[in-house]
Amino acid sequence: MSTATRFRTLKDMPKEDYLSAGNTMCAGCGGILAVRIFHKVLGPNVAWVNAAGCMTIAMSYPLSPLKSNWIYTAFASAPAGAQGVRDALDVLVAKGKLPVSEDMKVVVVTGDGAAYGIGFQSTAGAIDRHLDFYYLCYDNEAYGNTGFQMSSSTPYGSASKTTPPTAANPIGNTHKKMDLFEVWRAQGAPYVATLSNSHGVDFLKKVEKGGTVKGPKLYIDFAACPTGWGYDPKDSIELEKLAVQTGVWPLKEAVDGVVKHTLVPRSLLPVKEYLKRQERFSHLFEPAEMTDVIRTIQSSVNAYWAEAGAREGFSVKVPDSA
Amino acid sequence: MPTEGDLADDGGGHAVKGKLLTGNAAAASAARLARVDYIPAYPITPQTEIIETIADWVREGTMDAKFVQLESEHSMMTAAGTASLAGARVFTATSSQGLLYAMEMLYNVSGWRAPMVLVNVSRALAAPIVLEPDHNDVLAARDSGFIQLHSETCQEVADMVLLAYRVAEDSRVMLPAIVNLDGFYLSFTRERVVLPDQKGVDSFLPPYQPPHPLRASQPVAKGTAVMEGFVYSYFKYNMHAAAVRAKKVFSEAARDYKELFGRDYGPVEGYRLDDAEYVIVMSNSFTTLGRQAVNRMRERGVPAGLLKLRMVRPFPTEEVVALLKGRKAAAVFDQNLSPGSGGILFPEVAASMYHVRDRPQTILPVVGGLGGKQLTSDEMTSIFEEMIAVNSGSKPLAPMFLMRSEEMAKVKRAVALAEGGS
Ligand SMILES: Cc1ncc(C[n+]2csc(CCOP(=O)(O)OP(=O)(O)O)c2C)c(N)n1
Ligand code: SF4
Ligand SMILES: [Mg+2]
Repeated sequence: MSTATRFRTLKDMPKEDYLSAGNTMCAGCGGILAVRIFHKVLGPNVAWVNAAGCMTIAMSYPLSPLKSNWIYTAFASAPAGAQGVRDALDVLVAKGKLPVSEDMKVVVVTGDGAAYGIGFQSTAGAIDRHLDFYYLCYDNEAYGNTGFQMSSSTPYGSASKTTPPTAANPIGNTHKKMDLFEVWRAQGAPYVATLSNSHGVDFLKKVEKGGTVKGPKLYIDFAACPTGWGYDPKDSIELEKLAVQTGVWPLKEAVDGVVKHTLVPRSLLPVKEYLKRQERFSHLFEPAEMTDVIRTIQSSVNAYWAEAGAREGFSVKVPDSA
Repeated sequence: MPTEGDLADDGGGHAVKGKLLTGNAAAASAARLARVDYIPAYPITPQTEIIETIADWVREGTMDAKFVQLESEHSMMTAAGTASLAGARVFTATSSQGLLYAMEMLYNVSGWRAPMVLVNVSRALAAPIVLEPDHNDVLAARDSGFIQLHSETCQEVADMVLLAYRVAEDSRVMLPAIVNLDGFYLSFTRERVVLPDQKGVDSFLPPYQPPHPLRASQPVAKGTAVMEGFVYSYFKYNMHAAAVRAKKVFSEAARDYKELFGRDYGPVEGYRLDDAEYVIVMSNSFTTLGRQAVNRMRERGVPAGLLKLRMVRPFPTEEVVALLKGRKAAAVFDQNLSPGSGGILFPEVAASMYHVRDRPQTILPVVGGLGGKQLTSDEMTSIFEEMIAVNSGSKPLAPMFLMRSEEMAKVKRAVALAEGGS
């Protein structure tokens, strides 16, 4: 794997855009921004394979903002769709029916609902077969397209349409967010990374680095969702940055199973700073602050960083969770 | 594991053309003759021999294609469809539960206008779980937009696969196709099959030229969302028109096929219909039993005949009308059941005849052979006897559900046992 990079500062962000201005996503959508940046690194020759979700609606007949190929498959089987495209291109090139210049990078793009849930069987198969593809999951931590119901990626304490906080169940979602990064890593994927649109250089470098690896590559992009999370669309990048600064969203990668944090904050901001900015967590603050729930969230973030630091040999100053 | 056996002579010292092949081996052989590029697969009884045979050939290098085993039929159909969109000629096979597991993707693949060929080896659907055939599986795909060709013999299996590619890939059609064969009765039964020669197949079926494949140099978007019902309606009507055109395209292709290989196929096939007054309408392998019943009735002096549906989608309305009009009575033998309605093909045949002035006075719905239930020749002739009785007014018209009294007695014993009786 190469370590040289063409991305040192944000000024190195490629100028070419493969996503034209104007699409049907909400203003401030982190998901479509991730697609745009991802595409800049991949270059023009891409076949996107999509599962049902918000992104599906971005390509609405007769208009597509993409300058590359696109297939919408179904909710559950985008990785299998990538398998078909990859195999077809390979066999057609091998048989001399297609010039190599027509070859493409095959990229699955789905939300967390597909990546963590209904599409997981298909994903597991693709990893198992060591399919050479990218998987970009824009993780808005719920089923956005159907109106923000919980997914396996919804964090503890978040409200959603199917985990509404009530007097009897005041916390909202009581499950912990599933750790998709670790699932892929455990299954032997050669490259797994988290991304945040707020950390562009880190983002660009990771897509570049994954590109030197053959096999299944997962990118989980923390995709701020003003509509679902409840905040002003202009604050998307700030919110993503806060998630990184509070340690809620660690930036890391795993190369051949070896995990390395690509950004180690010297000290973390309190999670409260991040939570209180969003409607989906507002029940933790109003009418009365649910200090025990916020403390649970803070201590799980603290525990994460203590464990990661012990493994990788760094230490992070964490806020008090007592 | 080769299932082929050469037929050197017919036992009487006469040279016989062809090989002994199971229906499954015939399907695999046709896929190889079609020079398919890609086979995404997933095993299910009774289809397994098809994909195992192809896996063997690809691994030993006698078939130039890529074979991949997926983790489900849903994924298998997804990969089949997207590979076809990328320009590959794609073959796959499934059965029963597998076809239903893939059902969501059947509609996508036809909507993508991806002309791949799927062999379905019919097997009845759970619950209760059973291995032998009926046609609820393939008819569940009836409305999906796939062309459907159903086979009576192993020879037909091979021929239908080749014809299916010609029709599916025709620019006037561009729809996927299902070739159906009955599990066990054809899938594991060796019959004499004359495989077409490769040179002939190459001229019958030139390489697939996709009109708008995924390409780096000329990007396309497939399966995109449409926001309004009228746009959706437009694409669905388009698909319908293409499916309707498939009948004519099939007939053209069948003409070429006959010229090259000598075998003649229409969307339907008549048996002893010339002067027939009582006609049974059937499809798939049990049609052979229908032919025997016709012969027995003829021996008794009854002008009996048979109409076989080879093409089920598009539905060959004109052919059905042409062959049924002027008859006294017809019976539609459905080896499937839509609970609460009855046989699935009966209403299609009846609707075809509704506006025909000299239609049969009686059209008798018959359901039988579910879960592969064997049919005696008496059961088959009873269909003609019922047709005659109803038509002469000596019996009211009522749907027949075939079951023999000794079978009923056995079931009753089993039920008693299951209930803890003795
Ligand atoms: C088989 C199936 N079940 C349910 C749906 C409805 N559905 C469409 S998108 C979606 C949620 C997608 O969530 P996610 O993957 O997180 O993407 P997002 O909408 O957040 O972009 C659901 C439930 C569907 N299209 N297909
Ligand atoms: S709901 Fe959220 S993820 Fe979906 S388009 Fe709007 S901002 Fe983007
Ligand atoms: Mg989501």
